[in-house]
Amino acid sequence: MSKRLFIAYFENEEDILGVTRAARESGYDIRDVFSPYAVHGLDKAMGLRPSRLPWICLGFALLGAAAKLWFQIWTSAFDWPVNVGGKPMASIPAFVPVTFEISVLFAGLGTVAAFFLISRLRPGKKPAIRLDRATNDRYVLILVENDAGFDASAAAALCKEFRCVHFEERLEDEQ
Amino acid sequence: MADGISVLRSPLILGNKTATQVTEDVCGLLDRGPGREWWYALAVSATMLTMGVVAVVYQLLTGIGTWGLNNTVGWAFDITNFVFWIGIGHAGTLISAILFLFRQRWRTSVNRSAEAMTIFAVICAGIFPIIHMGRPWLAFWVIPYPNFRGPLWINFRSPLVWDMFAIGTYFTISLVFWFVGLVPDFATLRDRAVSKFRKSVYGFLSLGWDGSNRTWLRYETVYLLLAGLATPLVVSVHTIVSWDFATSVIPGWHTTIFPPYFVAGAVFSGFAMVLTLMIIARRVLHFEEYITLHHIESMSKIIIATGGIVAMAYMTELFVAFYSGNEFERFAFVNRMLGPYGWAYWIMVGCNIVTPQLLWFRRIRRNIALVFVLSILINIGMWFERFVIITISLSRDYLPASWDFYTPSLVEVATLIGSFGLFLTLFLLFIRFLPMIAIGEVKGVLSYGRKKSDDAAPPGTAHTIRVTVGSPGGPQ
Repeated sequence: MSKRLFIAYFENEEDILGVTRAARESGYDIRDVFSPYAVHGLDKAMGLRPSRLPWICLGFALLGAAAKLWFQIWTSAFDWPVNVGGKPMASIPAFVPVTFEISVLFAGLGTVAAFFLISRLRPGKKPAIRLDRATNDRYVLILVENDAGFDASAAAALCKEFRCVHFEERLEDEQ
Repeated sequence: MADGISVLRSPLILGNKTATQVTEDVCGLLDRGPGREWWYALAVSATMLTMGVVAVVYQLLTGIGTWGLNNTVGWAFDITNFVFWIGIGHAGTLISAILFLFRQRWRTSVNRSAEAMTIFAVICAGIFPIIHMGRPWLAFWVIPYPNFRGPLWINFRSPLVWDMFAIGTYFTISLVFWFVGLVPDFATLRDRAVSKFRKSVYGFLSLGWDGSNRTWLRYETVYLLLAGLATPLVVSVHTIVSWDFATSVIPGWHTTIFPPYFVAGAVFSGFAMVLTLMIIARRVLHFEEYITLHHIESMSKIIIATGGIVAMAYMTELFVAFYSGNEFERFAFVNRMLGPYGWAYWIMVGCNIVTPQLLWFRRIRRNIALVFVLSILINIGMWFERFVIITISLSRDYLPASWDFYTPSLVEVATLIGSFGLFLTLFLLFIRFLPMIAIGEVKGVLSYGRKKSDDAAPPGTAHTIRVTVGSPGGPQ
């Protein structure tokens, strides 16, 4: 069973914010909103929860720091200890700079990798849905017509209230 | 148009642009191809690069005896160039990360090219320590890997090892940051591409980006996190570069002021370079409405601030040298000012302390030709700062018997010119093949400083063709 999608195009930032808010309040199932840039406030209008990526970032940072600190102590004090200027073998303060750098490296690469993975972005992937001018100047609202009670004309009326420039209905398979 | 503009905030992007116009202005450049000026510039920079390649090949085949180094001065031109290039890169990260955290929204017009500059400058910087090794094919020895020499590990207490990690991380994170920022713009390019080749290349690079706001939300989070990571990173990089000197015992090097002094100097020189390149680029590529006088003024103000810190550092160094009572330290500074390299010191003071003071005047900040000249003077001054610190301090240290004079050889000068050639060639290729202005980010600030209008789009713009395929409204 493929779902029917209701796709409405807008030309204005305020309109997409307004219509998204209104659609959510009227209980429509918002599949997603597409825009050429990050529209501020749209996440609240869609009711999205804040991303949990900061936790992944923190995790990778701690992992990188721990791994590198361990590695420096292991190489300098255990595997092949070398006396450098009479300093202690495990001279922790001298290990701080490299530990910091590797921690940042892990955190940055880990966060971006997690972002690509969660958002299913990978080289050569085709966009999941074909939308006209959504990466140029149009804002697109997609509602799922998930039950028999979905009234396309009511949805259209709502969108027209917010100066919708064009709308269409599609089967999900068509994409 | 006048009443569409807020009284309190002036628009960041001029010309009352719409989103489509932004797309066309930035991407159109990639379709049309560069003008004649671009080819001239490429010819010059490629020639410089070739000179550098010839010089490097020659010195690799012959050995670094081709340089002007001697027993006393073991670090001179190459390390000066290394620190200079690393510093140039710092403005890019400052614009993309620190100004982002401070919510300076004007950064959107210049951040893409400044980030590109960072990456290219770090590439140029990385070349110098590697060729300085003399046997660059063994450069991988600085990386800790299980080897057949013990395994004998690298010495993690050495600032030179810290430097390798700092610059490696800085390069990687800058590259990733830059690429993540490019992904939405690749999608814009993909969607408007006509030729099959472009569609597939941009399609490959855009990772299937479709503008979904679930993705945008995560993207913004990632951007914030990377900015938060890059901010301490950029400070750490030049701090560690300064430790290469500060942890040694040479008079003039062994000071605790070095980390903040170097970081401020790096940002100072980096912004001068951004100004130099942006002033040319906006003119040649007709981006005057994106990179406006406001941008040039803002960057000039950052130059005043960081230049002030640099001036303060020069004074502090002098004061501490005299106040410390340390004879060698005192001599090091007298020698800098009045010794055989005194001219280099005064070029540095003239370019780095006097020049930025002119930018206090609004009329000078808004005079593009003058700002351009000043930015070049600052670049020169900052190169000499590193030369003064590195070469003069080494040439006359504790033991007068070991004093010596250093003169660069032609090979070294050609290598420096070659590094400029590499930097400019990479930058020219960048503006030819990638969107030089962050399209997605600029669209986000279009409404800044403009009154919110009730109209869907400003009237009288030809591109608002409303294609209506479905039947709007249906039964009403």
